[in-house]
Formats: sequence, structure tokens, C-alpha cells
Amino acid sequence: MSFTTLLMTVFSTTLIYAAPLIFTALGGTFSERSGIVNVGLEGMMVVGAFSSSVFTLSFYNMFGNATTWISLLVGAIFGLIFSILHAVATINLRADHIISGTVLNLMAPALCVFLTRVLYNQKGQTPIIKQGLGTYTFPVLSKIPIIGKALFTQTSLIAYFAILLGIVSWYFLYRTNIGLRLRSVGENPVAADTLGINVYKYRYLGVLMSGFLGGFGGAVMAQSITLNFSASTISGQGFMALAAMIFGKWNPLGATGAALFFGLAQSLPIVGGYIPFLAHVNSFWFQAAPYIITIVVLVIFFGKAVAPAADGVNYIKNK
Amino acid sequence: MFNKTKLSAIAVPVMSVIAGFIVGAIVMLIFGYNPIVNYGSLFSGAFSGAYSIGETLRDMTPLILTALGFAVSSKAGFFNIGGSGQYLLGWFAAILVTLKFHTLPGLVLIIFAILAAALAGGLWSGIAGYLRAYFGTSEVITTIMLNYIAFYFVNFAVKNWLTAKGEDSSANIPSKASLRTPFLENLTQNSTFHWGFFIALLVAVIVWFYFNKTNSGFELRSVGTNEAASRYAGMSVKKTIIVAMFVSGILAGLAGGLDGLGNYQNISVSNSLPQVGYDGMAVALLAANNPLGILLAALLFAALSIGGLSISVFSTTPTEIVSIVTASIIFFVGIKYAFEYLINKFLTKKELIKKLNSAKGDKKA
Repeated sequence: MSFTTLLMTVFSTTLIYAAPLIFTALGGTFSERSGIVNVGLEGMMVVGAFSSSVFTLSFYNMFGNATTWISLLVGAIFGLIFSILHAVATINLRADHIISGTVLNLMAPALCVFLTRVLYNQKGQTPIIKQGLGTYTFPVLSKIPIIGKALFTQTSLIAYFAILLGIVSWYFLYRTNIGLRLRSVGENPVAADTLGINVYKYRYLGVLMSGFLGGFGGAVMAQSITLNFSASTISGQGFMALAAMIFGKWNPLGATGAALFFGLAQSLPIVGGYIPFLAHVNSFWFQAAPYIITIVVLVIFFGKAVAPAADGVNYIKNK
Repeated sequence: MFNKTKLSAIAVPVMSVIAGFIVGAIVMLIFGYNPIVNYGSLFSGAFSGAYSIGETLRDMTPLILTALGFAVSSKAGFFNIGGSGQYLLGWFAAILVTLKFHTLPGLVLIIFAILAAALAGGLWSGIAGYLRAYFGTSEVITTIMLNYIAFYFVNFAVKNWLTAKGEDSSANIPSKASLRTPFLENLTQNSTFHWGFFIALLVAVIVWFYFNKTNSGFELRSVGTNEAASRYAGMSVKKTIIVAMFVSGILAGLAGGLDGLGNYQNISVSNSLPQVGYDGMAVALLAANNPLGILLAALLFAALSIGGLSISVFSTTPTEIVSIVTASIIFFVGIKYAFEYLINKFLTKKELIKKLNSAKGDKKA
């Protein structure tokens, strides 16, 4: 395998694995920036993966090749609907955020596998999707020597979209009024309320955005990696996304970078076999590496992770 | 008469359970399944006859211990999501010890294996405790990461150290090291019920005693309630964090060890983390971390999962309906504010009526 082909393989598998994590981690960032802790990202991804799979399987004949892309939006919308549960529980009914998030993680696989069995003759998994997101070669950019082949040939288009969204999210949170207000209710809801900012409204916005993006991330996972839905379609990616968010210090750019790093780490066991000096290393090290590195990096470089000040604190408005 | 907080401490879980079952019934009705028939087969699947009861109690065993583990760390204010990984390492350690030291006499071997399991779990979560205490690293993240490392490690170790080439499961442990005995098997019509259950009960009592009657347990609860005040009172917060996480892991490791020696009798390569760690969290949440409440909550969840198996035997209803009920129950526990609000309203209304009545009585007199 030539060097550029190897680079291309590493980059494209990294991007494919990173894409679902980036979307979901960005979702988590919005929620926690507004002050609602979100350990339920995993559950939101499950709902997104399930609904998008069912959509592609049912409507492929109607929408043809566009089905896959529409299905991502379908997954996002169902993720958003599912996240209302978390929003109502934490914002209106003063539930502990971690308990409520855990409920999402318990409920999503239960409900989705239940529905899968109802829809697909008692089977615990959906049939395989005919056409996934596949790979994409950029028209002009791929002609650039070396870089063109490594970065822009047979790669994941959705991952580039995810990175772009990371930048847009940063701009949204740090350079717009709505973003400033969203962050303010996560830092000091009392002060924000005094200034006339509707705390509940912005917290709803944060949670629903996380549901939308988490569902989108789950859908990307199903449409690009597993190509069907079963109980094991989403197995820890939501938690990885949560880790990426914390790793990225609750900043969209940081979360995107961390998710890319996790993607690289996850691609290692797959491409490791092709890299000469890594071929003899036991696969356990590749598999465990992302998790070990995360811990080490957190300990050495970050110390105390700095969450938004009112993250996880219920806001009870004085009447 | 009725203390409001005490009343809500009992009423909230009871109302949550009822509400959870109602949600399950509604879901079944929507999809055209019969809730009464299904809940009937769930109940008989869990409790009719010695065999079912034996299976239910066996399923309770790891739930009690993982829930206690979660409770210990929660009381100290930490969120140990690592129950699954600690359980898995405990299971692995117990099987490893029994297979490697199979020449030892039975009882010694069992004690040795159980201690190894507890220690494996304890050291694993102790890492998270240490990092939290000295580096301020979020234990939520480290325990999640440690879960996956444990998962890949155990798969690797089982594949390379404990199985013959090309196989996915280790040999069975010698029967002298098993926690199942002919006596218990006869008693429960050959169910998988084993002595581990009694160990779990004993541990629950010990943990209750630890929380309520020892200095260390008091410090733990104190740090969980108010870290700054505890430091001011001269407690070592760092030490308490590490102890809490260590004990928490010991309990989850113990759960894995007992399940390994009693239930599974071997260990296999698996494709996901064991669910029991997360279920233990649910049990502890329902019981509000009260050790004795955990026994009841574990009984309920074990009955649901064992009884749930018969739902799909006697009807076409998917077994997952049971997990929907479980998740709903925890949801209602989570929004206990809504229940407390209702109870409060109800009680104040009652008091008002009482007052009005007595006022009327006064007038008459």
C-alpha cells in the first residue's frame, strides 16, 4: 500500500468515525452551555439511528437516492422530540439532570427495539439499508497533489459538513446575541433573569438543539457505519461524544477537535494492520488507546474540567 | 402524625412504580397487546413456584451489589458510571483465580476468588477516585473510559489466557468452587439460585451499618452533602473521595465475582459491556440510595427481568416492554418534585379542611 493511499485510508476512516461524534458532542455543548447536564446523548443517538433506519427502509422507493440525506433530518427531528422528555423533566419538574439523562439512555433502546420488533416481525434488528452515505470525492480539490488524494478522495462528505458546523456553532455561541444569552443562563441564571432573559426558554433551546444534533449524529452512525438498526448500533458513542465535549472544554471548536481525535483513535484498530511497524502490536492496545489517552490527556493538560458555572443546577424562579 | 418528608420518601417510589406500570400498559394498549395478560405472565414468571423464585433471587444478587456500589459513591457526591467495568473485572478475576488455583480446597478457593473479584473492582474504580481527588478529573469521564478499557482488556485476556485456540469461552470452574450447591438446587427445582444471594443480603446490612453507624460512613455522607463544610470540620476530603470510589468498586467487583462463581461458572468474550452495571444504577435511584430500600428495588427489577422472559413466551409482545416500564419508573422517580407538589397540596388541603371543621365545631359550642 503506497504512502498516499495509506494517508487517505487513515483520514477517511477517521472522518467517518468522527462525524457522528462531532454532531452529538456539539449538541451536548449547547445543552450544557445552557446549564442542562446531558448524559442522555447516547439515548438521543439511539432514537436518531432508529428513526433514520426505519425511514430509509420505508421510503427508499419514494425518494430514491435522496432518501439517505432526508433520513438524517428525520433522525434529528425524532431526536429533538425525544429530548423534550429531558427538557420538561429538568427545566419544569426540577429533576436531577443525571437521573433524567440516565432515563433517556434506558428508555431509548427499550422503546426503539420494542418498535423494531413491532415493525419487523419480532426481529430485534432492522434489515440492512440498501444505500448508505458512502464516500465522496471532491471535484476540484482532489486534484491537488498529495493533499488532494489524502484529504479529498473517497472521503466522508458529512464529516466535512460536521466540521463546518463546529465552526458555525462556535460563531453562534460566542458572536451572536442568542449565543450569549444561551451561555448566560448556564453561567448565572439569576443574573440573566434579572436582565429579562427568559431562562427557561433558552434552556429549552439548548436541550432541543442537543436532541436535534444527537439524533442527527445517531442517524449518521446508522447511515454510514452500521447500515441497520439494532440494540448494538449505538454502543457508547454517546458517551464518547460526552467525553469529547468535556475534553473540548465545552467549546464547539474544542469538542470538534476532540471528536476528530476520537475518530482517529477508533480508526487505528482498522488501519493499524496496514502500517508496517504497528502490524504486530496487539489489537488490545489499539482498542483501548482512545480511552487511555483521554484519561491521560485530561489528567495532564486539563486538571479540573471547567463546566459552565450553573451546569446541572435547576433554576427555580421566584414568584 | 404524618411527617411530610417521611411520607414522600415512601410515597414517591410507590407512586413511581405504579405510574411506570401504567405507562407500560398504555404502550401495550397502543400496539394492541393485552396488558392484563402480560402483567399476569410477568408476575407468574417471576414468582410462581420454587424455580421462578430461585431465578428471581439469583437475578437480584448482582443488582443489589451494583446498586449498593452506586449508592456508596453517590452518597459521597460522586457519580460512578463504571459499575459495568468493575463488575466485568470482578467476574474475570474470580474465574481467573479459580481456574489457576484449582488445586486449593473448595472453601479457600471460593474465599480467595471472591476477595480477588472485590479487589479488582475496587482498584479499578480507585483509579477514578485517585484522579478525582488529586487532579480534579471528572469521575464521570474516567469511569466511562475505564469501562471501555476493562471491556477490551477482559476480552483480550479471556481470548489469550483462558480459552483454547479458536474458542470464545473459558473452561467451567470446578464444582467445588461453585456457589451453587445440590441443596439449593433441590430446594428451587434446579434453578441457578446460589449462595451469593445471602452474601449480597449480608453486604446490604453491612453497608447500612457503615452509612449510619461508623465515622467513615458519616464522613462520606458529610462530604457528599457539603464538601467545604466537611473540609472546615477537619475531614480529609481527598481520602474520603478515594475511599468512597474504592468501596463502590469493591461492591461492583463483588457482584461480578458472585455472578461468575454462582451464575455463569465461566467467562466468555462478549460484544458489549454488561447491562447489570446500568441496571444497578436504576435500582439505587429508585431506592434513593437507601441500602434496605435497595433490597426491595432490586427484587422489583429482578422480578421484572425474569418475569419479562415469560411475556414473550406466552404472547407476541416484545420483552422490551419490561425495560420501558423500568425506564418510566426511574423517570417518575426523577420528577419526584411533581409528586411532592401533589402530596403537599393534598396534605395542606386536608389540614385546611380539618381546621375549617374544628372552627365550625368551635362555633357550635
